[in-house]
Amino acid sequence: MFNIFQYGFIVRGIEVGIVIGVIAPLIGIFLILRRYALIADALAHVSLAGVALGLLLGLNPLITGIGTAVASSVVVERLRISKRVYADSALSIFLSGSLALAIVLISVAKGFSVDLFNYLFGSIVTVKISDLYVILIFGVVVILSVLAFYKELIYITFDEEAAQVSGINTRLINMVLIVLAAFTVSLAIPIVGVLLIAALVVIPVVTAIQLKKNFLATVIYAEIISVLSVIIGIIGSFYFNVPAGGAIVLLTIIIFVVVFWYKTTVHKGKK
Amino acid sequence: MPIANHKENIIELKNISFSYGDDTVLNNLNLEVHKGDYLGIIGPNGGGKTTLIKIMLGLLHARGEIRLFGKDIREFREWSKIGYVSQRAIQIDTSFPITVTEVVSMGRYAMKGIFRFLNAEDRKKVLESLREVEMDGYQNRLIGDLSTGQQQRVFIARALVGEPEVIVLDEPTVGVDLKTQEQFYALLRKLNREKDITLILASHDLDVIEREATGLICINRSVAYCGSVKGFRMHESYSDFYKESMKIHHH
Repeated sequence: MFNIFQYGFIVRGIEVGIVIGVIAPLIGIFLILRRYALIADALAHVSLAGVALGLLLGLNPLITGIGTAVASSVVVERLRISKRVYADSALSIFLSGSLALAIVLISVAKGFSVDLFNYLFGSIVTVKISDLYVILIFGVVVILSVLAFYKELIYITFDEEAAQVSGINTRLINMVLIVLAAFTVSLAIPIVGVLLIAALVVIPVVTAIQLKKNFLATVIYAEIISVLSVIIGIIGSFYFNVPAGGAIVLLTIIIFVVVFWYKTTVHKGKK
Repeated sequence: MPIANHKENIIELKNISFSYGDDTVLNNLNLEVHKGDYLGIIGPNGGGKTTLIKIMLGLLHARGEIRLFGKDIREFREWSKIGYVSQRAIQIDTSFPITVTEVVSMGRYAMKGIFRFLNAEDRKKVLESLREVEMDGYQNRLIGDLSTGQQQRVFIARALVGEPEVIVLDEPTVGVDLKTQEQFYALLRKLNREKDITLILASHDLDVIEREATGLICINRSVAYCGSVKGFRMHESYSDFYKESMKIHHH
């Protein structure tokens, strides 16, 4: 068990995993309670197009992934505000459009199928030393931004109209949230993978909501579930030689099932 | 058409018109609300009550002039002077993980800058507001676990915690039983008479408005009546409104 920490890539994977494990539910709670969880999936697919572009041009795919996700998040939010396109339709356009773009880019430049598999399903070996610094820096930016706008994010999530009447700039806060979602999703892709990142954003929060605690406690429980799943998932993926993303998400689902079962049968029975 | 003209103007609307596409919802509406007024907004469904409220709060942009506390709405920044209890308040997500204290605290959020959290003074105000609405025993309860009437009291507390001079309520008792409604309106009466808080209450229930409000505006796309509550029964629009209400009840 202790031997695995001799490997640099494992330590790097766990360090990055902890950052991702912290920021995913931090953003996820606001997206889920606003019924906007699909944005995580859409931005992940947009990010994949960015990753493919990076691999094609020989640039750092993490950076190109972040760039395309953030730029697209601004466009999605503007479309949503304009009300010319339904919010979920806008997300569908971006989700399928970016996947189409990614497929075209991949077919144009043959030869990075192994890399791409890692980005689809997540792998600890995907994380390079340079990525470690990028993820750490942007991860801290996401955490500080949520702390800065924590009150405003809660208010617009619970009652956007009342928040606006109280003087909160709801347009700005909505934009901040979606841009932070774009950062979170694209930072998590190397470890969790494009196809599974939405699960890490959603499942720990949904599990914590079952516990019926106050808002802050719900965030803390979601953090604990998420970080534990990421650490144990990464270690497990090494021992069982499976993709890290799959191991992490399966763990979050196991925790969800146990909590849901406890709250709906055992706990209810005690009442 | 002012309700009373001897006190400070809280809200002034001049020549307000608003359309959803080609559908004109409000046409050339004028209104003044003064300090201490208890104004009831009444009118048929689709007559523009909610639209009017959203316009006076800056949630919808209309043609015409809006002044809040003497200032043009575009320059108005003292939003803590206005409390708002929306229809949304009775349609909350019952699984939202948030306690009564956290909901009421929101009323202090806009007063704080970024990275600033609530201090002891804010927490004291939150508790005082909960006492005011007799909900101080429910501080740590989840909002979704309360009855609709209790939730409404919490939303009033959230409006009060910012120490507003006016509270605007949009159909606050839809779906609330009669006894709870009575308690709710008694609370509003106390806030208006004892604390001199100006109230603007939109309702489809004429009985409530006649009993509680001091002034009344009846709108059906434009102002059908604006004046004292007593004068409304004598006005020609009263019978129109009465017929409209009967139709709704009959259906």
